Amino acid sequence: MRKRNILAKSIAIAVAVIWALPFIGIVMTALRPSREVLYGWWYPPFHFSIRNFVNAWTHPTAALGIGLRNSLQVAIGATVLPTFVASLMAYGLGRLRFPGRGPLLMLIGLLLALPQQMIAWPLFREMHALGLLNSLAGLVLAHSAWGLPWIVFFLRGYIETLPVELEEAARIDGAGRWKTFMYVIFPLMLPALASVMVLQFTWVWNDFFLALILIFDPNKMVLTQRIPLLRGQYHVDWGLLSAGALITMLVPLLVFVFLQRYFVRGLIGGAVK
Amino acid sequence: MRSSPRAEPRGRGEGKPRKGLPLIFWRPSRRREEWVAALGFLAIGLVLIGFFVIWPSIRTLWLSLFDADGFAGVRNFARLFGDREIVDLGRFLRREPPWGALLHNLVWVCVHLPFTVGLGLVLAVVFSKIRSWWVGIARGAIYLGIVTPLIVGGVIIRFLFDKHAGMAPQILGALGAPVPWSAGWTAYPETALLALVIGSIWLWTGFSMVLHSAGLSTIDRELYEAAQIDGASELAQFRYITLPLLRPVTLVVAAMTFLWELKIFDIVYVATMGGPGGASNVLALEMYFSAFRELDPYRASAIATLITLFSLPVGYWFARRRLRR
Repeated sequence: MRKRNILAKSIAIAVAVIWALPFIGIVMTALRPSREVLYGWWYPPFHFSIRNFVNAWTHPTAALGIGLRNSLQVAIGATVLPTFVASLMAYGLGRLRFPGRGPLLMLIGLLLALPQQMIAWPLFREMHALGLLNSLAGLVLAHSAWGLPWIVFFLRGYIETLPVELEEAARIDGAGRWKTFMYVIFPLMLPALASVMVLQFTWVWNDFFLALILIFDPNKMVLTQRIPLLRGQYHVDWGLLSAGALITMLVPLLVFVFLQRYFVRGLIGGAVK
Repeated sequence: MRSSPRAEPRGRGEGKPRKGLPLIFWRPSRRREEWVAALGFLAIGLVLIGFFVIWPSIRTLWLSLFDADGFAGVRNFARLFGDREIVDLGRFLRREPPWGALLHNLVWVCVHLPFTVGLGLVLAVVFSKIRSWWVGIARGAIYLGIVTPLIVGGVIIRFLFDKHAGMAPQILGALGAPVPWSAGWTAYPETALLALVIGSIWLWTGFSMVLHSAGLSTIDRELYEAAQIDGASELAQFRYITLPLLRPVTLVVAAMTFLWELKIFDIVYVATMGGPGGASNVLALEMYFSAFRELDPYRASAIATLITLFSLPVGYWFARRRLRR
C-alpha cells in the first residue's frame, strides 16, 4: 500500500514539473530583461522588468492593447448572440415534434465535425461581397454561425433532461409556446447557458483561423493574430513573445480559474453525456 | 437506461409519440401547426448556419470538382495524391522528411492519439488514488493546456525547443546528444514534426484527463470494494472494472482527438510555418497556403474536402451516439 502511494506521488510530481515548466519558462522570460534570457531563462542573475509587457502592449506593428480590445468585442459578441439563438433552436428541436426534425438534428450533428477549412474560401468571398471583410461584426457573425451547431446540441441535450410537467403546467395555465420558453425553459437553462458561454467565449478568444482569413487590417486584428507578428523575421525576441503570449492567455486563464466549474461541466456535457 | 438501442427513428418513424412526451405537445392533427411553431424557433439559427456554414461547405465541395479549365471531376483529388506536398511515399519509406502534409497528419494521429488518450486515462486513474497537493499542482498544470490558445501553445513549443532559449535541446546537449537533438528542433527537418507532436501532447492531454476523471467519478465505488474482497489486485481492478466502464468515454475522447489532429493548424502556423522545407506541413496549413497565398481555390477546396471526408465518418458516429438518447 505504501509503495503504491509513493509511486503515485512520484508520478504526480513528475507530471507537475514537466507540465508546469514550459509555462514557468514563459513567465520567467517575460519578466526578465531580454539580454538575461538569451541562453536560457534558468540562468542567474535574476532581474525583474516589465519592459517586455510594455513593448508588447504598444508594439509598432502588432500592439496587443488594441488586439485585446478587439478580441473582447469579438468574443463577447460571438458568445451572447449564438447562445441566445441556439437556446431558441434547442427548444424547437428538443420539445417540438415536427417532420424533418430527425434529419435536421443529424445535419447539425454532422456540422460538429466539420473542419473550418471547409468553409474558409467561400466564407471569405461571401464576407467580401457583404462588405464585412475586415470588420469585427463580420467575424462575430462567422463565429456565431460556426458555434451554433455545438451549442444547439449541448442545450438540446440539457432541455431533454428537464421535466416536461413544468411546461404542461404552464400550458394549462394558458401560456403559449413562446411564453413557456421565455418564462419556464429559459430560466431553467441558465446553468447550461453558463457552461456554454464560458466555453464558447474561450474558444472564440482562442480562435486563430477565422480571424486570419477574415481580418487583415492592422487596427482590426484580434489578439491571437498579433502573436505571429510579434516574432521578428530573422531574430526572435523571446521576452517580447513571452509577454505577448501571457497577455493573450490571461483572459482565458481568468475565465478558467474563476469559472472552472462551468468550463469543465461544459466540456464533459459536450462530449460525454 | 434507454430501452431501445435505436430510439432516433428516421423518416416516417418521426410521427410516433416518444415515451414521456405529453400529449398536448403532440397530436397528429397538430403536425402542421407544430411545424410552423418550430420554424419560429429555428429560423434565425438556420439562416445563420445556412448562410455562413452550410452554403460555404457546399461551395467548397462544388469548387473541388473544378479547376481553372472547367469541370474536372475527381481530377483534383487524383492530383493531390500525386502531389509531393501532400503525399511523398518514397521519402516516407526512406524516412527522409518531408513526407507530405497528409502523411504528417497521419503520423500525428498515430503518435498523438494513443499518447494523449492513454496518458489522460492513466493520469486520471492515478490522481484519483491519492491525496496530495502535488496532484493539485499536476492537475492545474495539465488543465492549463486546455485553455491555452493554440497560437500561444505554438509559441511555447517553439520556445521549448529553441536552440538557445529552449530547455529540451539544452538538456539533451548537456547529456551529449548529437546535433538535431541538441539544436533547435524546429529548424531541422528530422525533428520539426516530432517537436510539434510532443508539444501537442503536452497541450491536449488535459482534455483526455478531464473527461476520464469525470467518467471515473461515475463508477460505483462498491465495485472496487467487492473486487478487493475477492482479492483482485490493483492492476486487475483497472483491467476488469475501470477500463471497460470507461470505454464509452475513451471512445469519445479518441474521436474528438482524431478530429483535433486532422484540423491542426495554429500550432504549426506559428511554430514552424510547415517548415523547414515542408517537414512539418499539415493538410490544414497546405489548404491555407493554397487558397490564400497561391490563390488556387480549386486545389484548396479539394484539400478541405479531403479533410472533411476523413472527419465526417467520425462526426456521423458521434452524432448518432448523442442522438440515441
